[in-house]
Amino acid sequence: MSDFKGILRLALRALIRNKSRSILTMLGIVIGVAAVIVTVAIGSGARTSVQNSINSLGSNLIVVQPGSLTTGGSRGGFGSASTLTPADGMALVHLPGVAAVSPDVTVRAQVVGNGNNWQTQIQGVAPTYSQIRSWDTATGAMFTQNDVNASAKVAVLGQTVVSELFPDGSNPIGQTIMIRNVPFTVIGTLVSLGQSGMGQDQDDTVLIPYTSAMERLTGLTTVNSLMVSATTADQVDAVQSEVTAALEQRHRIPAGQQDDFQVRNLQSIAAAASSTGAVMEFLLAGVAAVSLIVGGIGIMNIMMVSVTERTREIGLRMSVGARGRTILNQFLTESVVLSSIGGLIGIAFGFIGTFLVASLAKWPTEVPIAWVIASVVFSGLVGVFFGYYPAKKAASLNPIEALRFE
Amino acid sequence: MKVHSGDPVVNVRDLRKIYTLGEAQVVALAGIDLQIDRGEFVAVMGPSGSGKSTFMQITGLLDNPTSGEYRFEGQDVSHLDADARADIRSRRLGFVFQSYNLLPRTSALENVELPMVYAGVPEAQRKQIALEKMKIVGVDHLADHAPNQMSGGQQQRVAIARSLVNNPGLILADEPTGALDTKTSEDVMRIFKELNEEQGITIMLVTHEPDIAAHAKRVVTFRDGCVVSDASLDKLGMTEGKLGMTEGKLAMTEREVVA
Repeated sequence: MSDFKGILRLALRALIRNKSRSILTMLGIVIGVAAVIVTVAIGSGARTSVQNSINSLGSNLIVVQPGSLTTGGSRGGFGSASTLTPADGMALVHLPGVAAVSPDVTVRAQVVGNGNNWQTQIQGVAPTYSQIRSWDTATGAMFTQNDVNASAKVAVLGQTVVSELFPDGSNPIGQTIMIRNVPFTVIGTLVSLGQSGMGQDQDDTVLIPYTSAMERLTGLTTVNSLMVSATTADQVDAVQSEVTAALEQRHRIPAGQQDDFQVRNLQSIAAAASSTGAVMEFLLAGVAAVSLIVGGIGIMNIMMVSVTERTREIGLRMSVGARGRTILNQFLTESVVLSSIGGLIGIAFGFIGTFLVASLAKWPTEVPIAWVIASVVFSGLVGVFFGYYPAKKAASLNPIEALRFE
Repeated sequence: MKVHSGDPVVNVRDLRKIYTLGEAQVVALAGIDLQIDRGEFVAVMGPSGSGKSTFMQITGLLDNPTSGEYRFEGQDVSHLDADARADIRSRRLGFVFQSYNLLPRTSALENVELPMVYAGVPEAQRKQIALEKMKIVGVDHLADHAPNQMSGGQQQRVAIARSLVNNPGLILADEPTGALDTKTSEDVMRIFKELNEEQGITIMLVTHEPDIAAHAKRVVTFRDGCVVSDASLDKLGMTEGKLGMTEGKLAMTEREVVA
């Protein structure tokens, strides 16, 4: 009578005999596992969405801005000097670890088209900009290097601009819009990025070739900034120092003197954001794990009560020939079966709960399969761990005393 | 001394059991010599504290003696460990208790099958054997009844059927009629008697009621951990009724039977 199947059957019979007690015992584990799934799903969903918005900013992104300009003793901020040129950008393209470079010439301007007008941000950039920002076109296409070379009057619209100028839903592609009275042909629209981490509407923009922006809008030979993307996020620091060195050389800045430009990256933000996400996920998982442990203690409680309540039954089983080991296995199996079934039901409830959170609260959720497996394994272990003591107690009962127990 | 024939099922020599309760030592059995042969129906009597229950526990391999020798069906079982005792209980012993001890919310059939579960009898055979034994004690029509749907007498019959399923060498009945009325007690005792006479099953019955003991063929009386009388009822030519009347009368036979 030591075969697993026989003991499993004994345990199942005992559990079925006490349906309501079995269900109540399971409840603790059901709630514990469901809590783990839901909290981890919310936590990792939140982390993923933070990560995505950081990535859309470009965690590989390095921004070069001009230094400050001092006029009459008054020092302007970074960017007030006009020292960066598209040629500086060209010089950075071939540095090791650099994936792409794009100048950025930003002006605010009134845009007129389709009988509507809207003030928005006009960004003069290179075609590589969409790669740097991982920002694809929704319809049409991004302009090309040829458009840049020809200072072509073509524009790619952000979704906010599309909806402001074309509220009637007409197709903007091929239409002409006026930017500061210069006609541009719309050749594409961008996918919606939504708000940036700082609350800016990223879709409220128009992209045009930087050459067109310089020649037709600003009339300057300098750019507001250079955007450089590193091939991978961990190369950002190396690329940053190479960019600095290359520009110092180009601008003939002697060692020890103040640079006329500044190089910054968004890595620190990305790192902070992802570590915040991880902390949040672990916090939620910690709360959930506590509820699992509470569920486990619930199982132990009920099993202890059950052993006391069933003392005579145990005595009888022993007197008709059950070994202590068999009794131990039966009680242990009962608790493992309870906690495992509870774990499975908990997973089902966890998925339902996650679905409700996702659909009702519009909260991004993501159920990591590793956590699902971990919570099943953990709930089984809870059964073994918290079931062992009561089972041991049952097995070590003296059959004579157990039979006499009132 | 009683002359023994046939093969002994229970054979104890100078059996002692001493319980230590803190400083105090309680002598429950103070050197018992007793033999029970196959086919006997023995009633063990005595007042509470006489050691009869302790004797039954050791005989039933629920406990080990402090000293002395116990041979069960020829095997020395005086110093077996708990698992070995459990195995012998499973295969060779049947128990009937005062309080029936049936599993609640479990059908009579499953209750009767229980010892076979632990003995490893294949499932297919269990039901057949269980029903067969239930038929012998007349409760086969109650197979799917739970204990709370049966009378006390019916529950005790189910318990007797349970004690029979592994074809035990010895059935130990501990006050089996203690919770039953006179009429039902008579019915249950008749079953034991039939099992003994018709199936040749060896039975050891523990009771403090002379009327009940009178159904046995032999009455062993304990007092203060010793056997004070051992009387074969047939040999004494006593009728059941006579024996049942007084304990004093039974005690008179003491000199004749104790060596």
